[in-house]
Amino acid sequence: MKVSIEVNGRPVAEEVPDRTLLVHFLRDTAGLTGTNIGCDTTSCGACTVLLDGESVKSCTVLAAQADGHAVTTVEGLSSSDGELHPVQRAFREQHGLQCGFCTPGMIMASVSLLADNPKPSRDEVRAGLEGNLCRCTGYHNIVSAVIDASGQEVGE
Amino acid sequence: MSIVGTRVVRQEDQNLITAGGTYVDDLREEALSGAAHAVFVRSPVAHARIESIDVSEAKAAPGVLGVFTAADLGLDPHDAGPVKEPWLAGEVVRYVGEPVALVLTEERYQLADAAELVDIDYDPLGAVASIDAALADETLLYPETGSNVMQVNGTKEFDDGIFADCDVVVTTTIVNQRVAPAPLEVRGASCAWGEDGRLTVWLSTQNAQIARTQLAMSLGVGEDKVRVIAPDVGGGFGAKIGADPEATVLGWAAKEIGRPVRWVESRSENLTSMTHGRAQQNTVTIGGKRDGTVLAYRLDVIQDAGAYPRTLFLPTLTELMAVGVYRFPKVETRSRGVVTNTTPIAAYRGAGRPEATAALERAMDRFAGELGLDPAEVRRVNFIRPEEFPYQTPTGASYDTGEYAAALDKALETAGYAELRAEQKRRREAGDPIELGLGIAAYVEITGGDSGGESGRVDIHPDGSVVAWTGSSPHGQGLGTSLAMLLSDQLGVPLEKITVRHGDTDEVPKAVGTFGSRSLQLGGSAIRQAADEVIAQARDLAADLLEAAPDDLELDAERGVWQVRGAPSSSVLSWAQVASAAEGKLSADVWFGGGKPTFPFGAHLAVVEVDTETGKVDLRRIVAVDDAGPIVNPLTFRGQRHGGLGQGAAQALMEVVTYDEDGNPTTATLADYSFITAVELPDFELVDMATPTDRNLLGVKGIGEAATIGSTPAVHNAVVDALSERGVKHLDMPTTPIRVWTALEAAGKENEQ
Repeated sequence: MKVSIEVNGRPVAEEVPDRTLLVHFLRDTAGLTGTNIGCDTTSCGACTVLLDGESVKSCTVLAAQADGHAVTTVEGLSSSDGELHPVQRAFREQHGLQCGFCTPGMIMASVSLLADNPKPSRDEVRAGLEGNLCRCTGYHNIVSAVIDASGQEVGE
Repeated sequence: MSIVGTRVVRQEDQNLITAGGTYVDDLREEALSGAAHAVFVRSPVAHARIESIDVSEAKAAPGVLGVFTAADLGLDPHDAGPVKEPWLAGEVVRYVGEPVALVLTEERYQLADAAELVDIDYDPLGAVASIDAALADETLLYPETGSNVMQVNGTKEFDDGIFADCDVVVTTTIVNQRVAPAPLEVRGASCAWGEDGRLTVWLSTQNAQIARTQLAMSLGVGEDKVRVIAPDVGGGFGAKIGADPEATVLGWAAKEIGRPVRWVESRSENLTSMTHGRAQQNTVTIGGKRDGTVLAYRLDVIQDAGAYPRTLFLPTLTELMAVGVYRFPKVETRSRGVVTNTTPIAAYRGAGRPEATAALERAMDRFAGELGLDPAEVRRVNFIRPEEFPYQTPTGASYDTGEYAAALDKALETAGYAELRAEQKRRREAGDPIELGLGIAAYVEITGGDSGGESGRVDIHPDGSVVAWTGSSPHGQGLGTSLAMLLSDQLGVPLEKITVRHGDTDEVPKAVGTFGSRSLQLGGSAIRQAADEVIAQARDLAADLLEAAPDDLELDAERGVWQVRGAPSSSVLSWAQVASAAEGKLSADVWFGGGKPTFPFGAHLAVVEVDTETGKVDLRRIVAVDDAGPIVNPLTFRGQRHGGLGQGAAQALMEVVTYDEDGNPTTATLADYSFITAVELPDFELVDMATPTDRNLLGVKGIGEAATIGSTPAVHNAVVDALSERGVKHLDMPTTPIRVWTALEAAGKENEQ
């Protein structure tokens, strides 16, 4: 079927098999490989993107379901002049990433979390990111990054 | 001021946070255009004879470019310990997930449809699904060997006489359960043969050069015919050392169909076919005097090696590190490696050392418990003392430096140990159903334990920029930034003019790569050595240019300029000027071969709350002292400890790979495997300590695995400590609610009798 999705502000329209997952549409059709695939059970959150501003796991959304909607991926967060999004900046500043594989999903989930709760506590960040797995950081610095991005002081 | 030791954000991050990095499946190289997609058809049964394979229907499916089985390959099987492992199983399958056939298609989505059509007839042989079943030797995985025991090491016959002088002797059997490394990026590889007859393999690996050698050998071509490139690698944790068998089959297939091939596994394949870790059963016997002095210790290790015993060094490494931080007069160790019809076992963060520490630290707590002494006190009595280093252990390790008592004191002081014990007592007296538990682990581990070397190359270009190549293969550790910091400090060149490269065998032909926390101590020393040579070259050139004797020249590493000593007003030369005078550039390519193993150490204290009505464990605090010598970048040093604490705690609290009695995996998805989340972990409380070693050029030890090793027994001990007043002396990991609740029920019944 023909699927048209606005990806990071750019319209992408292509004929794809009906069963095409949104994550494969983004990676293979739109050519945006920043969104990673970490599992096949919607457990890890590596593929998290924003669909009309709400975070979704793009491995369990059909491209067809996103037809006519807007998707934001990690590539769409920085401003056009390359200035980092506050969440991107905070992940770097707080060492909230190591191997980087969970990072796009973790960043998008954090953007969504902060949209809902602009000044979260550390426990609220942990609860909000429960659906995003990271094997490297032990989560400590990811929590710090979200606190930092929210404009709150990060303790030691 | 030196940049070394200061907090520097990583150079690696920019591409990862803006474009999501470039992992194997992200590659859109020209050489891979038109690549076939690949999937392995894997055994659904644990142990069976393959009666027949019919690929005709699969070959006729839409988009299929090839279906291959063992009969097509014609490659000699590879060694797995004392037995052979086929690239694709042709006669017998020995674990669920073992590759049997390869399917190649035009489109990704055609793979699953075609793979379904490969018709394989299995005749079940009966599964060996546990260590006990393996030792029974009723069903054999390799009948020709006569036993499922593949390796025996250590003391031939145990001597109970070593415990003769002991007032108290305690024996405990401890299961160090099988866990899944589960890097967020699963395994992947892409292969393309060039017109020049060379194979390029883009591989998610920790060791491009080892993988290159393995692939050349297995495919029967010269090493110069294979190039391996490790792009961004999404975590490895020991399970991506070298090349897995799949890479060989893919390289073969790319040649066979005359097209590039790309493969990425699913998470379910990853959880059944990537190697697992730990999987030991350890029986410890500890004996000593009533004052807490240990007189004798025995460790009996049984390593479940899985279906193919690829990594039998693990149990012997556990034996080597058996006595940990303690001076035990009499020690006996033994290990046996057995095969089972389960996923092969290999290295996983710590690889043999966590198992030694977990057994020992549970033993110390059991011993202290029997004596009614505080576990911290019993440890203090037995620590190896600072003046005893270098210390030769009874098991053959040569410890470099250590301050074991100081590390424990720091951890306890930071945690407020006395107050926590008082709180524990108060809760118990009040009959609080939420028990507080305190768990201590003191550990020492071995890094760079392979005693191998590492390569390093440093070039300084006429524009003054520095390019360094390291044989280490960082994949998340931030080593590139650390090496750039060392070079900046040594040469006086700002970080932004330094580039560190790695992971391409054409750029770095000779290297070992990353495992065993070896990278900074060996890869870093190689870079230091290369930069020393470049400085020596520059000294001669600068002396000519300034018309001075080389001995009178000095490098001002603050400003990055060469000048004549004692004559600061005279002209100075920049690196750009010196490099311009060289023919082409300044360059040194070295092998640092003098690296001996080092022994990082530390002490962890975990605080848990256990709801005795539901069995739920809540990890409230973890205080960690981890000493790995001088710290290059505190940001990444702490990051490594955080990750280790998280993974170590995960093993104690929740993670376990399970099989049913027929060898069917029951934790084959991330919905079933209890991968730890942000909710189950607390903020970590880190205390720094830095005791240098003299065994490499930088004085550093490895930090990649240390915190994993301490945290597992610390959390485990905390859970048992919480339940100790209620009669529980031991329960195995993971300390899930059902296990805690069951242990409490059993102890309650025993108390009633």
